[in-house]
Amino acid sequence: MTGSWTRFNIVSIVAGFAFLYLPIVLLVVYSFNESKLVTVWAGFSTKWYFELFNNRGLLDAAWVTARVALVSATVATVLGTLAALTLTRYTRFHGRVLFSGMVFAPLVMPEVITGLSLLLLFVAIGLDRGFVTVTLAHITFSMCFVAVVVQSRLLSFDRSLEEAAMDLGAPPVKTFFAITLPVIMPAIVSGWMLAFTLSLDDLVIASFTSGPGATTLPMKIYSQVRLGVTPEINAVCTILIAIVTVGVVAASILNKRREVQRQRDAQAAMRS
Amino acid sequence: MKSLGSIRRSFAPWADASAKPYISFDNITKKFGDFTAVDSLSLDIYEREFFALLGASGCGKSTLLRMLAGFEAPTSGRILLDGQDLAGIPPYRRPVNMMFQSYALFPHMSVEQNIAFGLKQDGMAKADIEKRVGEMLKLVKLEQFAKRKPHQLSGGQRQRVALARSVAKRPKVLLLDEPLGALDKKLREETQFELVDLQYDLGLTFIVVTHDQEEAMTMADRIAILDKGEVVQVATPAEIYEAPGSRFVADFVGTVNLIEGELKGRENGVARIEDGQGLTILAEDAGDAAPGNRVWFAIRPEKIKVSAAKPDKTDSNAAEGEIYDIAYLGDMTIFHIRLDDGRIVKASTMNSARVSQELLTWHDRAWISFRPDSGVVLTR
Repeated sequence: MTGSWTRFNIVSIVAGFAFLYLPIVLLVVYSFNESKLVTVWAGFSTKWYFELFNNRGLLDAAWVTARVALVSATVATVLGTLAALTLTRYTRFHGRVLFSGMVFAPLVMPEVITGLSLLLLFVAIGLDRGFVTVTLAHITFSMCFVAVVVQSRLLSFDRSLEEAAMDLGAPPVKTFFAITLPVIMPAIVSGWMLAFTLSLDDLVIASFTSGPGATTLPMKIYSQVRLGVTPEINAVCTILIAIVTVGVVAASILNKRREVQRQRDAQAAMRS
Repeated sequence: MKSLGSIRRSFAPWADASAKPYISFDNITKKFGDFTAVDSLSLDIYEREFFALLGASGCGKSTLLRMLAGFEAPTSGRILLDGQDLAGIPPYRRPVNMMFQSYALFPHMSVEQNIAFGLKQDGMAKADIEKRVGEMLKLVKLEQFAKRKPHQLSGGQRQRVALARSVAKRPKVLLLDEPLGALDKKLREETQFELVDLQYDLGLTFIVVTHDQEEAMTMADRIAILDKGEVVQVATPAEIYEAPGSRFVADFVGTVNLIEGELKGRENGVARIEDGQGLTILAEDAGDAAPGNRVWFAIRPEKIKVSAAKPDKTDSNAAEGEIYDIAYLGDMTIFHIRLDDGRIVKASTMNSARVSQELLTWHDRAWISFRPDSGVVLTR
């Protein structure tokens, strides 16, 4: 019974994929529309893509977003990894429960509240809103995601690896950089990628914490859409989708290949 | 193995009062919260000894090893290595290395990088490291696997890498935590002999933790039996087996028949024990048991003779019963004999001939008998 192509299966698959991807397909298709009106098809054209490269506002916003995402993802990864290490390793320090709760609270905190409270803080301490404040805000919320990802890896980490390194003469700091870090690196990299994507996507928190001269791409798109959707926006979004898709597909292919290679190696080892 | 046999016979520093112990556990106690893992334990281990810590899980043997490696600090007591107190010395400055039960091979490093890791920490010159790694690979016969990663190796090969890595630094003492636990039976038996040869060739002191009595018996010069954080007996494998100090040891190592009785008297060094159910035992090796004591006569199954014919002498060290169970193992046959008073006695016979003269089978009447020097009398 399972795996056969019954009519019900086909219908539900088509409906499911349509539900998920029809809006995106529509957006991509209309980015190649000749007409200025988004909803009227007037023939194939790539002119909006060229137009895009002359739109300074959008390009600036894209540049700001890239910088914010790079810096915030990197800092968040360092902080998140440290938090994960502390939470998994020093399990008996005072206030651990409170600390772990506080690290993970922003995961479920409504973005509006995070954004608003950060805004209040920045105003209170007199920090001018702009690139720095958006970056700080993004570090704050993406750090928790990194901590979760790295922590789950650390929980399955074999501590005897570290003991073996110390037993062989490596002091604790050396052990961390020579053994622990390389072993948990894949988790740290995926934590970084998650933080990067979150920062790239974020509209709500950026709107609260950004200022003049530091408009991110999502903010820019949102403000332009309020004035009316132009095919230019479709073109930007298509490019974003392309970047994300290439990234995700490349990462999963690499992963898959490594997995297959690993299994082949293990089988070869068993035979020998 | 040839040379090993003769060398080992003359190797007995523990019997030499002038010999200085190399490692001393001096009244060590280790508590984890309310749980006492090791309880006021004292133990001396000598240089070049192959020493085994044997016990069931949770008896404190691994904790003892981890305290020597420096991963745990004793709650009280001292550990001395070559006269030096190890207190406060971190694991990375101790002249001991450990082979971990999980092997703990670094997954992101190749076999040779794994072996070189400890040497690099010592700041050894690159050429010397290469030379030593080459020697180690040759020692464990893994030359052609030098560039492989741990996940590309079989279990037995990983075990060898772990071993090579832990002896590469020529530690004064090598600690082995269940070194053969993850190998299958056949490979385990081969590797036991290899470890013994290696220890002899390198002239190192080995301390191995194991729950497998056969492993301890095969490899060790001396065995310490641990129970609930205390040493129950320290002795050579033969002494442990043939002259256990207590019922616990007798029962823990190998199979034993324990017959409870009262020591009635001694005559020319031979003790007379009566079990109150008609069986009289004459035992030569009665230790310090005194007349009137409640004692246990411990006798191994292979020292009990089973026969269909009535023995010449039946007034002592003999009883009649019925064969209740037979296990044929190829090299030997194990009989469970139900004596007429209901007790079950285990006896085993080597099948040294392919065809047995006297075929005993289920529900046959049979006699058991043994010599006065075949068992020991225990008071504990």
